[in-house]
Amino acid sequence: MENNRTLEKRIKEWRTFIHRRQAVHSVDVEELEDHLRTQVNALNEAGLDEDEAFLVAVKRLGDLDSLSREFAREYSERLWKQLVMLPGAVGSSTVATREALVAIGLAIVACIAIKIPELFGIHMWGPEENPSFYARNLSLFALPFLAGYFAWKRCLDRVGGLWLTLPFVAAALIVNIIPFKREGHTEVLAVLHLPIALWLAVGFAYTGGRWRDHDQRMNFIRFSGEWFIYYTLIALGGGVLVGFTMFIFDAIGFSVEWAVQAWVLPCGIVGAVLISAWLVEAKQSIIENMAPVLSRLFTPLFMILLLVFLTSMIWTGSGINIEREVLIGFDLLLVLVLGLLLYSISARDRQAPPGVFDALQLLLVICALLVDVLALWAILARISEFGFSPNKVAALGENLILLVNLGWSAVLYTRFLTKRDSFVPLERWQTAYIPVYAVWAWIVVAFFPIIFNYQ
Amino acid sequence: MDISKDLVAASAAPLVLAILSEGESYGYAIIKRVSELSGGELQWTDGMLYPLLHRLERNGYVVARWGKSEIGRRRKYYRLTDKGLEQLASQRRQWQVVDSTLRGIWRSAINPAPHGI
Repeated sequence: MENNRTLEKRIKEWRTFIHRRQAVHSVDVEELEDHLRTQVNALNEAGLDEDEAFLVAVKRLGDLDSLSREFAREYSERLWKQLVMLPGAVGSSTVATREALVAIGLAIVACIAIKIPELFGIHMWGPEENPSFYARNLSLFALPFLAGYFAWKRCLDRVGGLWLTLPFVAAALIVNIIPFKREGHTEVLAVLHLPIALWLAVGFAYTGGRWRDHDQRMNFIRFSGEWFIYYTLIALGGGVLVGFTMFIFDAIGFSVEWAVQAWVLPCGIVGAVLISAWLVEAKQSIIENMAPVLSRLFTPLFMILLLVFLTSMIWTGSGINIEREVLIGFDLLLVLVLGLLLYSISARDRQAPPGVFDALQLLLVICALLVDVLALWAILARISEFGFSPNKVAALGENLILLVNLGWSAVLYTRFLTKRDSFVPLERWQTAYIPVYAVWAWIVVAFFPIIFNYQ
Repeated sequence: MDISKDLVAASAAPLVLAILSEGESYGYAIIKRVSELSGGELQWTDGMLYPLLHRLERNGYVVARWGKSEIGRRRKYYRLTDKGLEQLASQRRQWQVVDSTLRGIWRSAINPAPHGI
């Protein structure tokens, strides 16, 4: 009996110890504990005393470092929350400092880069301003450096580095060589789609060239969500800072508007891209992810909105009145629903059984699909009446891409909820779909101007 | 005889699938079966089996359920799926190719087998 109690105590100690390894979840610990106990019993029966049996059993389980590394490899998403695999704490602070220096250095380089065209007489503000140049090239002043940051951090090899420069060089050539008509639709479309196209090129660097790996892609999705939140927060803070700067200098009769317009805004916009990325990378080990929390909060709210919208539409019998803005609005709605879906998926434990929230998510997707089919109907009617235009084709294409994604997601979600399939296919579907966005964004940037005669 | 780490790692998945094709089982029993089958020659680090089982589960080759052990503790049992059976068949074909290739070269090689066959 006495022996038994010491064994229980030891197993408890062992459990606490292994719990500290964040890669091993409590369910897994339970499984390992069952193994340990069975092993101890077997050794006991073979004649070893309790102490020896426990020691041998723990030894056979393998050393905890390599064991938790194995678990970590299998469950990379858990590590996102708590990074434990750094071998020893020694030297990790210098690594962190170096990383900070590189990120801040690249942010400064980006700030300088956006001011260089000024030297060649391309002005951002003033009488000879050329805002369309800056609009077209904006992402090229920030994202190459972000890609460079990840290429450095992930130790991308030379071949990968060459592949990585390709999209940026191509983008720079395309947006500056194509003779866009002044303020034409294709130019606006290129301005809107280039950041998306290049962001996915950053994804290539983020995954360290292993972009085919689904887990890596999922990590990039997580990163993108967190990056967006950090960027928004920095922008809010920057707005407050600029507001106060203008206000206090105004009070003493100085106008600093020129400095804000020429320096603070452009440098802030490109610099914050790198700073946010660095913050996400540095903090991912410390705090919970925000994007999944927000998506949990807003999923029910958006579902209610869509339900009310659908019922009132049926009630009043009124169709969707399609104007250009409305058209884009419905695309944005789908993007938003996709985002909610994506971030709920990214944070979900693969092994948890289907729950109420999953049903809610499915309902949201179905509502969005219904609304979208109605909008699509209206767009097609408009196209058949007035013919094709770059805007309409772009909206139609995006609509179809999102429709396919959400439609199949709904099927997979249903299969998951009815327990005919696991959660994995849904995750895989989302990560496998990412290249579709990239291809479409590049088509809009590179081929739309040619197809539609630079309108 | 020490079997190299790489070889142990490579053979682990087909071995587990094959053992599960005999029927539902759990971690400890699988490891016991492995050492039984290999006459104690194939030694695994026990803990490493579990990440492997979880990977097989993620790939849809096995399904797991929580049940009770003989003394009523919670225990996780694993069972082969149809997809797992297919995977096992494919692994088996691959290993047979490797095996027959090695046999072929060993039969014709100049250096004789260690104990002379």
